[in-house]
Amino acid sequence: MLEYILKRFGQSFLVLFIMSILVFVGVNLVGDPVEMLINPEADQAEVERVIRELGLDKPVSEQYWYFLTNALKGDLGSSFIYNEPALKLILQRMPATLELALFSLFISLIIAIPLGIYAGYKPNSKASKTIMAGSILGFSMPTFWVGIIFIMFFAVYLGWLPSTGRGEIGSFLGIESSLFTLNGLSHVFLPALNLALFKISSVIRLTRAGTREIILQDYITFARAKGLSEKRIVLVHILKNILIPIVTVIGLEFGSLIAFSTVTETVFAWPGMGKLIIDSIYNLDRPVIVAYLMIIVTFFVFLNLAVDILYTFLDPRVRLKGMNQ
Amino acid sequence: MSSRDQNFKNFWRDFSVNKIAVFALFIFLSILFVAIFAPLVSPTDPYDLNSVSIMNSRMPPMSEDFAGNLYVLGTDGAGRDMLSAIFYGLRVSLGVGVLSGVFALIIGSIFGISAAFFRGKYETIIMRIVDIQLSFPSILVALIILAAFGKGVEKTIIALILVQWAYYARTARASALVEINKEYIDSARCLAFSNTRIMFKHILPNCLAPLIVVGTLQTAHAISLEATLSFLGLGLPITEPSLGLLIGNGFEYMYSGDFWISIFPGIALLITVASINLVGDHLRDMFNPRLQ
Repeated sequence: MLEYILKRFGQSFLVLFIMSILVFVGVNLVGDPVEMLINPEADQAEVERVIRELGLDKPVSEQYWYFLTNALKGDLGSSFIYNEPALKLILQRMPATLELALFSLFISLIIAIPLGIYAGYKPNSKASKTIMAGSILGFSMPTFWVGIIFIMFFAVYLGWLPSTGRGEIGSFLGIESSLFTLNGLSHVFLPALNLALFKISSVIRLTRAGTREIILQDYITFARAKGLSEKRIVLVHILKNILIPIVTVIGLEFGSLIAFSTVTETVFAWPGMGKLIIDSIYNLDRPVIVAYLMIIVTFFVFLNLAVDILYTFLDPRVRLKGMNQ
Repeated sequence: MSSRDQNFKNFWRDFSVNKIAVFALFIFLSILFVAIFAPLVSPTDPYDLNSVSIMNSRMPPMSEDFAGNLYVLGTDGAGRDMLSAIFYGLRVSLGVGVLSGVFALIIGSIFGISAAFFRGKYETIIMRIVDIQLSFPSILVALIILAAFGKGVEKTIIALILVQWAYYARTARASALVEINKEYIDSARCLAFSNTRIMFKHILPNCLAPLIVVGTLQTAHAISLEATLSFLGLGLPITEPSLGLLIGNGFEYMYSGDFWISIFPGIALLITVASINLVGDHLRDMFNPRLQ
């Protein structure tokens, strides 16, 4: 058991190491950031001074070594544009992204679980077929385009909701978030719904598949034989059993919401870290690109590690398989 | 009647049960036709600078210019006919999507089938890489590639191949593992056929059904992902205007109410992706033995 966990830890660090080389070397081969930073009228001496200052005159391998040793000390370099530590820039924008992702997770669950249970409970009804067809449509709709439609309809045409930016920020129990003010909520609603759309489709499908399986189980037949009301069967027996697989998947899906929020943040000009990375790519702000990619890869690697280890505790079959490997 | 005709007849009999899927297939084939013959079916050549006039920019749908040309879907900011731009855009989007899908299918099948064939450490390493890659969302994988290596046609295709190959490898390995234990593989081994021949002439054809299902769904996903990346300005360059770029171009005009520049390319994209998904979804049900 301990050996398995250690092995997985080792693999995670190997992945991070390979990723850091790939990202760092790749980013440092593209474009010329100096050209974008410097006044076009600057003379050769000035250009050389900036190159030296940014450490770009050294070979990539040396730059990488410098980056790696500093990264292990918690310093991911400083932004070329903002002249601030890249890590600080990203951490500043992280709450906005997290709040968007959390709110959209909430929206998708509220909408998708009831629809999914219904579609699984009465698979042949007209409404269920409409729900399933709708979920394929939701799967097929490109997120960014739906975002544009939302802005066009709700913000430009109807003028109900604001289309860009993050609203007022309120504070509750020491946590600062725009979810705590009405103005903030009105700003977060459209982007969150947009981000949730894809998740709604997949959670509907997951819930429906689970419900269809559970309905065939003996304990549901038994509950019916006992004369329990259908309402109680659905709300207690089905819902309870369906939540276990859904909650596990959602842990992983939360990560993908954060990754996909780059798109939504760009469309709605949401000041999160997704918009920061896109802007940094435009501006060739190498340290921020590298720092963002490394942070998000680290996040995913350890999220998966945590889920895998959790599984070994919950499911003995996984434990045995892991040991045999 | 040859057995191939018979196979096709059986396939069509099962496929045509679902009328929506048949309709989706028809729509997809029409889109494919338009994409392939875009220069012939488009009313104008949207990238011929002589026929495009800035005087005609941002005209609403169904309007006519002074020369009496009708613009069914209106024009964009540069005065291009939207309908023609969409036809050409479909060409780029489908081309990139299908090309990357085919490459990913080939690469994924080679790794998946050889992993199942040779087993041992080789299989462990390949499947570990597949697992690790599938633990990242597709957009993140594409973002890493394009952020690190810059945009461009080849780089977008490479990113899309990298996003997809792992799905094919996993599917190919799973079905190859079942096939390898069957008797015809034993007899092929007794005939001393080379490993390559057994893998690709005997095992591969029998793994095709699940690979095709994954292929349709993945291609739809690839087209949608390419549009997203191009919209973000990370995917295709302006010289290859895919649907994603067209939507992105219209985005800036949207606040002034010129809805058609963004909306119509998006509808074209949606119809394309949805029709492929509907066909793929039905194929999956057809090939799923548990539902038969």
